[in-house]
Amino acid sequence: MTTQNRGTVKVENGRYRVTGNFHYAYPNEPIRDESGKLLGITNPADMTHIHAYGGEAPFFENLSNAKLLGTKCANPKCETYGSVYIPYRIHCPDCLMRNEEVDLTELARKGASVHTFMITERTGAFNTLEKPIRFVNVEFEGVSTILMGYLSIGEPKIGMKVVPIFQTKNPTFTIMDLSWVPAGTSAADLPEGFAF
Amino acid sequence: MIKFSKQQLKIPQMSKPVYLVTGGMSKFDRAIPEKRTEELVIDAFLEAAEFIKKSPEELKKYIHSCYYGHFADHFGDQLLGEAVIHDRLGLDPLGNVGIKTGGATGGSTIWEAYKAVASGYSDTALAMGWERMDEVPTDEGNHYIASAADKDWETPMGHIYTGYYAVMAQKYWQVFGKEEESFRRTLAEIAVKNKGYARMNPHAQSPMKITVEDVLNSPIVAHPLRALDCCLMSVGASCVILADEKTAYEMTDNPLLLYTSAGSHTLRVADRRDMAIPLLPNESPDQYKDLGVRFPGGDRYPGFTGFLAARMAAYYAYGMAGIVDPTEDLDLVELHDAFTISDIQTYEDIGIRPYGEGRTYVESGDCYHTNPFTGQPGKLPANLSGGLIGCMHAVGATGIMQVIEVAQHIWGRWSEMHADEAKWKRFNRVKPDDWTDLQVKGAKRGMAISHAGVGSHVTATVLVHPDHQLKGRG
Ligand SMILES: [Zn+2]
Repeated sequence: MTTQNRGTVKVENGRYRVTGNFHYAYPNEPIRDESGKLLGITNPADMTHIHAYGGEAPFFENLSNAKLLGTKCANPKCETYGSVYIPYRIHCPDCLMRNEEVDLTELARKGASVHTFMITERTGAFNTLEKPIRFVNVEFEGVSTILMGYLSIGEPKIGMKVVPIFQTKNPTFTIMDLSWVPAGTSAADLPEGFAF
Repeated sequence: MIKFSKQQLKIPQMSKPVYLVTGGMSKFDRAIPEKRTEELVIDAFLEAAEFIKKSPEELKKYIHSCYYGHFADHFGDQLLGEAVIHDRLGLDPLGNVGIKTGGATGGSTIWEAYKAVASGYSDTALAMGWERMDEVPTDEGNHYIASAADKDWETPMGHIYTGYYAVMAQKYWQVFGKEEESFRRTLAEIAVKNKGYARMNPHAQSPMKITVEDVLNSPIVAHPLRALDCCLMSVGASCVILADEKTAYEMTDNPLLLYTSAGSHTLRVADRRDMAIPLLPNESPDQYKDLGVRFPGGDRYPGFTGFLAARMAAYYAYGMAGIVDPTEDLDLVELHDAFTISDIQTYEDIGIRPYGEGRTYVESGDCYHTNPFTGQPGKLPANLSGGLIGCMHAVGATGIMQVIEVAQHIWGRWSEMHADEAKWKRFNRVKPDDWTDLQVKGAKRGMAISHAGVGSHVTATVLVHPDHQLKGRG
């Protein structure tokens, strides 16, 4: 069974145009016990979904440009006017007005630290990170929220200063294009494809 | 910052009281290849009917609407699986609806059935929950569970849900546990207790006679959590029947008053903004002023250390049932011990202990059936079923199993439902020689907490014997 010609998608005139294969069919196999009695079957499934980033698209696009974008409530009438969000929130959670985009790259380079972290050898299917994984939850001065990410170099500690790095070469256009390293890491040590 | 309006803080006022009539559950196990989900659901229903000496046909005649808790369609690979179950139970053409709120699905299912009865829509409602987590290999199961985190912002990182919670565990461990070996041992005690209580429960998937050292030597999952600190992945079903007063007393002479409430918080822990701690009836505005001094780093609320959803569910439920101090007013609880450390976090969120002092609930011996230090009954025994660590976490069934377990104590029928040799045999399990009766003597009131993952949804269900209602209820 071939999995060649995997599907790709374009948008033309506001519609998805798909080319290639979005699913591959495989035969079922019986499940039997020691005595040979039939208990069930396997149901293979290999499908590709189409997913819209919508208003968050600028965030994912700009990671590959080494930019970390957040948003800010720009409605002076809002109870939480001026609150800054990363994860990028399209709308303010309080007034529901459309937030203004803010570039947090410089702030992240100067004032980001580890709020908490964890290290694990366990992963689920489809994981692409090297094990053990080091998750870091990064807080920024003047930002209401705490961003989850992964540390590419060194051992995490609460309070440790970190800086963002971006997969600018062969980006995936996912959250995986953003990673963190200890402040002071030299450019030569960054993982393949990543830059400050 | 979340600021609550007066309307949002209203204690729910139901149109009429709602009673728990009966409940039943299937065997729980990691895999049950010989049964379809509907067979497990029927096992649970038959136990509920038998419990009040009714035939399934007799019980079904009372049911007017049905609420089905089943979290992960992905696992069963059947959309609208609720319609399959509804048909196999022979309950068409009654109205039914599927409910999914992650780990809190069971509690949320009861919440929906509760409102249906309280509103007068139905005199009797069925809340049935199940999960089938054996239909993919474990790593694919982990991927599916991780899909309950934010798919764009979290899931791609490791595809491992445990990791998204473990960052909270790490923060609590360092700030409130102060990375103390003694605190690590207290966590282990919870696993020892719950695995041990599971030994007395024929339904339970993971009974184990273990020591603190066994927990501390089990494989590491994510520091400080080890394999024996973590809940199970399970297959099984459980159900309850709720009814209004008149119907409840037609069906049984001993129904229990039931109150269910719900709270929520952001799916991504990332989005939780700093706020003032909402207070429960047994707390004072001053008591948390120096929390960040006593526990450096603990001044951000709920930060990564508390579950606001649990606090809100408790706030509403305590108002509804008239609970002031859960440790004084309740006789037992079933908590959502997804991890030993989240169990401790919950003690604080629901006011069993103040923030920062959760560990003392274990260290005092209050959480045991029999306090190991005094030999006297524990003040507020927790998770005598074995909980999620010892009994099961068949997600959609979990919150319902907890309510049934609490109810059996208040009914004084816990021993009958757990000692029965025929049941042990039917489940192909060996009743231990040192089987112990865990019936909480004279139990009148209890509570079950049903909780989703990093705290996106939490429900609180309080059960009260009608002769022992509290003053000051909403
Ligand atoms: Zn706003």
